[in-house]
Amino acid sequence: MIEVLDKCIGCSKCVPACPFNAVSMVGKKAVINEACTLCGACVPACPVKAIVITREDPVHRDFSAFKGVWVFAEFEDTGRKGPKKIRKVTLELLSEGRKLADELGVELAAVVLAEKNRNYEKELGAYGADKVYLSENCEFSDYDTDIYSAVIAALVSKYKPEIFLFPATFTGRDLAPRIASLIYAGLTADCTGLSIKNGLLKQSRPAFGGNIMADILSPNSRPQMATVRPNVMKVSPPSDKTARLVKENINIPEGMRRVKVLEKKVAGYESADRIDCADIIVSGGRGMKSREKFNVLEELATLLGGMVGASRAAVDMGFKEKSRQVGQSGTTVSPKLYIACGISGAVQHLVGMKTSDIIIAINKDPNASIFSVAKYGVVADVHEIIGKLIDAVKKAKKIK
Amino acid sequence: MHIVVCVKQVPDSTEIKINPETGTLVRTGVPSIMNPYDHFALETALNLKKEHDARVTVVSMGPPQAKSVVQLGLALGADEGVLLSDKAFAGSDTWATSYALSLAINKLGKFSLVLCGMQAIDGDTAQVGPGVAQQLSIPQVTFCEEVKVNGKKAWVRKATDYGYAIAEVDMPVLLTMMMHKDFEARYPSFLDIFNSDQKPYHVWTAEDIGAKKEYLGLKGSPTQVDRIYPPEKGCETQMLTGAPGEIAQKIVDILKKENCLR
Repeated sequence: MIEVLDKCIGCSKCVPACPFNAVSMVGKKAVINEACTLCGACVPACPVKAIVITREDPVHRDFSAFKGVWVFAEFEDTGRKGPKKIRKVTLELLSEGRKLADELGVELAAVVLAEKNRNYEKELGAYGADKVYLSENCEFSDYDTDIYSAVIAALVSKYKPEIFLFPATFTGRDLAPRIASLIYAGLTADCTGLSIKNGLLKQSRPAFGGNIMADILSPNSRPQMATVRPNVMKVSPPSDKTARLVKENINIPEGMRRVKVLEKKVAGYESADRIDCADIIVSGGRGMKSREKFNVLEELATLLGGMVGASRAAVDMGFKEKSRQVGQSGTTVSPKLYIACGISGAVQHLVGMKTSDIIIAINKDPNASIFSVAKYGVVADVHEIIGKLIDAVKKAKKIK
Repeated sequence: MHIVVCVKQVPDSTEIKINPETGTLVRTGVPSIMNPYDHFALETALNLKKEHDARVTVVSMGPPQAKSVVQLGLALGADEGVLLSDKAFAGSDTWATSYALSLAINKLGKFSLVLCGMQAIDGDTAQVGPGVAQQLSIPQVTFCEEVKVNGKKAWVRKATDYGYAIAEVDMPVLLTMMMHKDFEARYPSFLDIFNSDQKPYHVWTAEDIGAKKEYLGLKGSPTQVDRIYPPEKGCETQMLTGAPGEIAQKIVDILKKENCLR
């Protein structure tokens, strides 16, 4: 419930703060009309704290009005001019969200905040969205925590989804907790597995650096919110389906952007340099012994048309640069083929690569934990194998 | 200038194991430390204090033994310490924790900066900082690597998915700090520890900060842990054996079969 207390001084600062034009001044007092979505944007605008939102007792809320699965559509922000591309992680979330929506028998929607629509209903529909909630505003071209969280909280209050997924990217992890805090919703960070349990979203995530897994439920609030780790969920093949477009006009009050971005630097974002974009990864660990020996992996990776990755140990020893580190404190990857060379398989490494389609592990320790996730294992000194493997691949390629 | 730093006590290792019989965390024998990201946030605050004549307050929430991280903060140079400790807080998730911390920060009075570590090494959620900023209705910049203060403005360099960004924001603001690779935690001398005993230190309960019980603890937390378990074992592994040349050929056969040889 929203209330304007008697201490309202009639300054009217709350009027432009409302994204839905739900506040007006009647006789020197703010009055809130039925367009209000309880988004809370007006509350901090009041200098005398006269606007109060009281939420229902969390334990006894009625959730029957909350329906559907939502995905926040994130765009690439490489600083390059021209239209922004939808990030791959958005498609991963739609593919996963589709399964959840089907199991619940509800709709899947994508939420798009963009300067201008560029047939998003077509691309997002192809990856599973039934609906696209779109709001167009030039303020959306540069991400801002305050603007995005207020607008999305308003959309949530209006349309009431039961599940809302965000990518666990820098942006998603900045935005989602702000929204969850605003609307009193349960939010689970960096999930690597999602499923439905008794009608609730079961969110699985690693904790303690990947040493344990936890299943989290949010039974007493809606939407059930989660950020989802990129490159873990698989993208389903696109269909020729188009989503239904629901346009939402939202007015962004002036002065809402409080953080001013002065400069953006893009480093190593081109997909040719990105380990999480590679289909084939040849990865090396401590067992590669030296930087020189490690470099042999480059030849194999090039022959296979893949990229070289590294374990944290190999990066710490200076065998490879940090941008190629696979695992909990590096990048999560899910390629078609992952060849692990001299990697023992610390749990922090395994969480970052175990969803690869085919894992081949070469290690001289038969008890190395890397074998627990490998489809094919070789117990041998990696240096004896790699040279032979390079020769065999060369031979096979010539024959073909 | 008043800087508030939020710190958390965490187990000194990510090598936490699960008792397979009870399904609970085995924490015995693992010493506790200040979360390294929070430690970096604290050092950032103390560096700003040197340049700008600031006052630094350390706030933590936890069981009574979490006193030690607040005391460490005081010994390292913070001026005042607060521990939120009350049975009513037990089992709080990131929502309830942000709620309690924000009430405590408001009770401290005026502030220019709130610094948090970007995440804690036990939960890895990175959700408490933004939650606190929302509850305080102040702007936030997350995953900051560097902070400078100039008059009423804070200047930050923050990590993005694409590289980094430079941003400017009017204070008060909440920043979450990402530590740089070569950061090494500093520890206080015995004299510093001895002297820090004189500094103001408070233990506040839920009532002290005026928190509503329905938003605290296990019951007030919107998320609930259903189950914890060790990471699952993967698939059956097919072992390839033979002389190195034979093994290499077997791998090539697999690559051909799986369409990985182009």
